[in-house]
Amino acid sequence: MALTDDRPVLELTAGEDAERREPLGVFRRPTATTGWRSWLTSVDHKKIGIMYGATAMVFFAIGGLEALLIRTQLATPDGQVLSEQAYNQAFTMHGTTMVFLVIMPMLAAFANYLIPLMIGARDVAFPRLNALSYWIFLAGGLFLYSSFFLGGAPDNGWTSYAPLSNNLAYSPGMGQDFWTLGLQITGIASLASAVNLIVTVINMRAPGMTLMRMPIFVWMSLVAQFLLLFAIPVITVALFLLMFDRLFGANFFNVAEGADPLLWQHLFWIFGHPEVYILILPAFGIISEVIPAFARKPLFGYPFMVFSGVAIGFMGWGVWAHHMFASGLGPVSVAAFSLSTMFIAVPTGVKIFNWIATLWNGKLNFTVPMLFAVALVSQFVIGGLSGVTHSVAPHDTQQHDTYYIVAHFHYVLFGGSMFGIFAGVYFWWPKVFGRMLSETIGKAHFWLMFAGFNLTFGPMHILGLQGQPRRTATYAEGMGWDLMNQLATWGSYLIAASFLLWIFNVVKSRANPPAGADPWDARTLEWSISSPPPAHNFDIEPTVSQLDEWWHRKYGEDDHGVIVRRDDYEWMSVVGPEEGGTSAPPPESIHLPSPSYWPIVLALGLPLIAYGLLFTYWLSALGGLVLIASVYGWSLEPSVDPDAGHGHVEPDRVDDDDDPGTAADPVAAGTTEEPS
Amino acid sequence: MSTTEQSTMVVPPGGHEPHAEHAGGGHHTSTGLSNEKMAMWTFLGSECLLFGGLISTFLLYRGKEVVSGPEVRELYDIPFTSVSSFILLMSSLTMVLALSAIQRGNHRQLRTWLLTTALLGSTFVAGQVYEFTAFYREGLGFTTNIQSSAFYVLTGFHGAHVTIGIVMLLSLFVMSHRGSLPTGRSETVEIVGLYWHFVDIVWIIIFTVIYLVP
Repeated sequence: MALTDDRPVLELTAGEDAERREPLGVFRRPTATTGWRSWLTSVDHKKIGIMYGATAMVFFAIGGLEALLIRTQLATPDGQVLSEQAYNQAFTMHGTTMVFLVIMPMLAAFANYLIPLMIGARDVAFPRLNALSYWIFLAGGLFLYSSFFLGGAPDNGWTSYAPLSNNLAYSPGMGQDFWTLGLQITGIASLASAVNLIVTVINMRAPGMTLMRMPIFVWMSLVAQFLLLFAIPVITVALFLLMFDRLFGANFFNVAEGADPLLWQHLFWIFGHPEVYILILPAFGIISEVIPAFARKPLFGYPFMVFSGVAIGFMGWGVWAHHMFASGLGPVSVAAFSLSTMFIAVPTGVKIFNWIATLWNGKLNFTVPMLFAVALVSQFVIGGLSGVTHSVAPHDTQQHDTYYIVAHFHYVLFGGSMFGIFAGVYFWWPKVFGRMLSETIGKAHFWLMFAGFNLTFGPMHILGLQGQPRRTATYAEGMGWDLMNQLATWGSYLIAASFLLWIFNVVKSRANPPAGADPWDARTLEWSISSPPPAHNFDIEPTVSQLDEWWHRKYGEDDHGVIVRRDDYEWMSVVGPEEGGTSAPPPESIHLPSPSYWPIVLALGLPLIAYGLLFTYWLSALGGLVLIASVYGWSLEPSVDPDAGHGHVEPDRVDDDDDPGTAADPVAAGTTEEPS
Repeated sequence: MSTTEQSTMVVPPGGHEPHAEHAGGGHHTSTGLSNEKMAMWTFLGSECLLFGGLISTFLLYRGKEVVSGPEVRELYDIPFTSVSSFILLMSSLTMVLALSAIQRGNHRQLRTWLLTTALLGSTFVAGQVYEFTAFYREGLGFTTNIQSSAFYVLTGFHGAHVTIGIVMLLSLFVMSHRGSLPTGRSETVEIVGLYWHFVDIVWIIIFTVIYLVP
């Protein structure tokens, strides 16, 4: 009840004698829609999406630096670049950063920006909650990184296995506590975002946008959000247990008291394996939009793509224990999880074949997004197949915790998710910022990254089979690992160079000519409105009658059944006449939710509580007060500010509720309430 | 809802707004279910996994021998906990009565039942505090052994959920008192009710699994 917003609503006429009461709360309602302040208070899903993306790119650079340190250390035997402690911190923070602070928020960026546009909605279901998710994510990320300055970063690996992580003798200092609490905080952000996006997709689709007419990206994001919804509480439980062990002396992982250390592994991987699909499914969705656009063909087997995604979502819950084959589960469990792990390759294979069938006989146009998308397909096949080798338990025992594993999951997460993310970034950049990115620099970026990636992680397969263990700070001379390690290190420098090219491309893009509404001649609704889209997304809510609605408005068949572009297609929204549209009516009656301070204030309370747990309890108390005050400030604040310049609303609703509908209703306004 | 509000709607130029007919109690949505209610259902879905994880942890350690201190099950006072469980279950009944009251437009009854529900919930939490103290006196602290940690965290999490529910009930009470919970917004009460019933159902599972099943 407290944390709810309404979808954007209609204007209501003013009462003649409207005497406006001041809303309760500490702050005046912010009104700025431009300038830096507007970013702090914005509840626009597009701005929040951009903030997610920008923040994740910064964390990508930081996580990349950590990777460079690791690779520099391993370039030669007996490397002396990092101390062992620093090495442990580098690989722990690298993994944690890339999973929780780069790929997840990157995909949240796409979901936030695109889902409302693709389903024809004005905003997400709960705009303020959406802003809160972003600020909590940022708070969690900054909290995690503040550990470097406040007593040492986490150094137990991104899986933080107990009893290494829970025992204060094995991992002294506060690094592990920073990890535990930081992930709790970002977990809240993911959960809130999952609830928000699920409700948005299920409830706020434009008329005619049935589930089977939704763009495939929306589908894959929806599955990923459901996975988040059910996976996050499991890791929350694990993190709470670990926190209670470390901070308050509980015994959940205390082996001396008879505790079972496998409990951590089970909880972690019941979360962790679905998490893998959380990281890859939206990337699958992205390239399933990119490939049809540049193959000039509809996505082959759309229903199969949907159902295979949903199947992956379900099956992702049945395979977690393949991460634990080496822990002595017993032959029955190992056989069962071997089998389920092999089965999950089936729906993934369906997707691969559907992409290939989409490319088949297409009029392929190898733009930068297309290059990244095709690279994803090929690299994911390698990563997926090396994954299937792990489902064979004897193989797994051999490869366990070697560089083969590192090669495998980088092929999936970097060669898969990150390449998909870059495909999406290049594809939707003109939509988001109104300017094209340079194709030339983009191609240089792609080829450098592609070469660097394969040079870095290809040799790791061999290193792993030769027995080089992961997470070990150095290796002795004469193991036969020198050459492959050197190659991998050079590869990582190439990736770093490609990242610099990408930044150069972004900086330079500001001077590029405007992109226009539909530069790729693409298929989904977001391309029917101007670039960048107006705050209210659509002047007129679109009505959908088929899959790829926008494409079918642009193209029809001539008398001979040949696909031709219609001359008379209708742009849906504010595309001006010079872009082929008719100018739509001005949107002054569309009432968007007002900006709010409360999300950022509320998000501030969480790191305060966490710092308090580590340093002094009065900080926690302060954080708790901030939290409670902002929850109440939030719930007393109407979601649409009557003073925002869009006309008036009935005065009664100012302190009544978020709901404009009840305002004009005499019953709702309290006039028929029993006297009390 | 009434025709009054429709007459005050400004239809935007150049477009139909499908929510117009339905503004009021619930906005027009693709499913007909309001966003708020669906959000609560979705959130409760994730809560199932939270309690699932905690209950599994408790079950894992329940059968294990403890190294120090008493086992949890030696200390159970089943009659006492049954009474406090009964009190919590009754609060679901009063919650339903509160919802029914606001749907009938009877706001005095609404406040009575909200307060009763909060009171019953508080009684349950007080019983839990008493139980914790009694266990502690018997030598079962939070850090005593694996079972005690699992027991206190599981029941403590549930107690915290009840407490948050009580705060929500009292907020509803204050809102109603201020006149900002009109009959048209009965859904707010319904959504808090969903949460409250969920917490009760979870308690039935916890009570059965940890107290009753031998």
